[in-house]
Amino acid sequence: MKILVAVKRVADPENLNKIKLSAQGKIDTTGLEPKASPYDDYALEAALRLTENGTNTKARLGEVVVVTFGPKEAESMLRAMLGTGADRAIRVDATDDVLDGDLVARGLKALVDKEKPDLVLLGYQQVESESAQVGAQLAEYLGWPQVTFAGSIKSEDDRALVVGREVEGATAQLRATLPAVVTVLDKIVKPKSVQSKHTSATHAYPEGVRFAALMAIMAAKKKPLAEVKLAELAPDATLKVHYGAAELPPKRAAGVKVKDVKELVSKLKTEAKVI
Amino acid sequence: MAGTLVVAELSEGKVKKATLSAITFAKQTGAPFAILAVGAGAAGAAKELTGFGAQKVITVDDASLAAYTVERFAPSVAKVAKDGGWDTVAVTATAFGKDLAPRLAVKLGAGYAPDISTVKIDGGKRAYRRSQYSGNALGWVEITTPVHVVSVRQTEFPAAEASGGASPVESAAKALDDAAAARVEFLKLETSKSERPDLGEARVVVSGGRALKEQFGQLLNPLADALGAAIGASRAACDAGYAPPEIQVGQTGRTVAPQLYFAIGISGAIQHIAGMKGAKTIVAINKDPDAPIFQISDYGLVADLFTAVPELLAELKAHS
Repeated sequence: MKILVAVKRVADPENLNKIKLSAQGKIDTTGLEPKASPYDDYALEAALRLTENGTNTKARLGEVVVVTFGPKEAESMLRAMLGTGADRAIRVDATDDVLDGDLVARGLKALVDKEKPDLVLLGYQQVESESAQVGAQLAEYLGWPQVTFAGSIKSEDDRALVVGREVEGATAQLRATLPAVVTVLDKIVKPKSVQSKHTSATHAYPEGVRFAALMAIMAAKKKPLAEVKLAELAPDATLKVHYGAAELPPKRAAGVKVKDVKELVSKLKTEAKVI
Repeated sequence: MAGTLVVAELSEGKVKKATLSAITFAKQTGAPFAILAVGAGAAGAAKELTGFGAQKVITVDDASLAAYTVERFAPSVAKVAKDGGWDTVAVTATAFGKDLAPRLAVKLGAGYAPDISTVKIDGGKRAYRRSQYSGNALGWVEITTPVHVVSVRQTEFPAAEASGGASPVESAAKALDDAAAARVEFLKLETSKSERPDLGEARVVVSGGRALKEQFGQLLNPLADALGAAIGASRAACDAGYAPPEIQVGQTGRTVAPQLYFAIGISGAIQHIAGMKGAKTIVAINKDPDAPIFQISDYGLVADLFTAVPELLAELKAHS
């Protein structure tokens, strides 16, 4: 199986509460270390699990290509992903200010036409824009099936996946015939969430994503990393949305500490009037 | 015609409450609106939708639409939107709406504003406010295409109340499925039935963290029963297997905004806070006085939850 994983570099997801506003009302992430959006790391982990036997994770039984839309600096993220196990990387040269979700989806469509993967995996959303749109837009541009909000993926063979799509309070089990687009939740990196046809059903992965060994990071420097111009993929660079000024949400002030349960219940009754 | 097409979300032939928030959005724009119900049994559900002042209620009712898949639903929504010339399509910001909207936006050549919390109209120009940066910023977005697609965050728009009147109901034919529909098969829906209110709709939510360990249910069930509350959990509690994954509150779980939220044994990771900071009153019970959850809580109690929760239950019962 050949899998394309679309990833995005963002400001440190664990410290997004430290963002500031510039004088122009734009969001300023200065000082926050750039990292991959966490759900994209989970998408990569899912791609690796689908293209291996869980008992021998060094041998890739398929191809995993990571792609990002970003500036030159985003290549360090791609290199790290090559160290983790991806075979190739592609960087579409563009900065956030010339992109929206729709344009990224159109660019990815052109790349998919060229690369012909069996599956495109993405995080269900990236943590800066929180839009959860590129996967579904890409599927529509391609005319492919989509499964968004996936918490589990099982490959029965190389032609179809059974995907658990998380909806409010329930899981919808869907069978998607490949090629298809799937977007993943954090649950996808639980020990038994992904099962490839190469891996025994009893195999349990360690919780979370794998980390690259030093040797693998060194070896990854030789793996191919291509640069593509945005205009080659999407000649029409018109954006469909435009972001103006941003605001910081009103901070919730820390309230009071109560000394015991009696005082808590009393305050909830007489002060907050919520019980 | 110019105006909004609200796409109702149905479940087992009933209208999901999130739909009423999308109706409120449509009313706030001041333009006429229609409500579209798509699915097997949509004609029955339409009766629930006639009292909200919509110009009309449109149904696409077809046996092949018994289970939702976007490849079967989106073509009919797009067709009704185009045929009616609606300039805005509003869906719920749920697993249903957020799956449907982007695909629909491409079909309509429309810009998409996801998960909006506010609409502002200034000199005929519309801007939508929406959460970004894991809830740490609010961005204002304008759509530059003639048609707008938005998904409406239920916790930010109050549920519309029926105002009487009777919108006429008309049916529309189902559009042809996307070609991709033949490649998606709905197998089954695995639900965990609960007698408690839905997390997204509950007035009170009692959430627990990993600190509750195996006693998660034993401690929280009676408290939730006493308060008529829904039960939520932190990601850590779900990951550890103390709570089922479908009750996770946070960025990758449910977003809730109840009147009263109890965070019990929850430290307050950024990803949890993103899902509950819209609550009106937040109570935190944690034995660590430095837990970040206290920085956003209205009432904090530094205590061992294994003694505090039973005490709280007894105190609530004594006052009821």
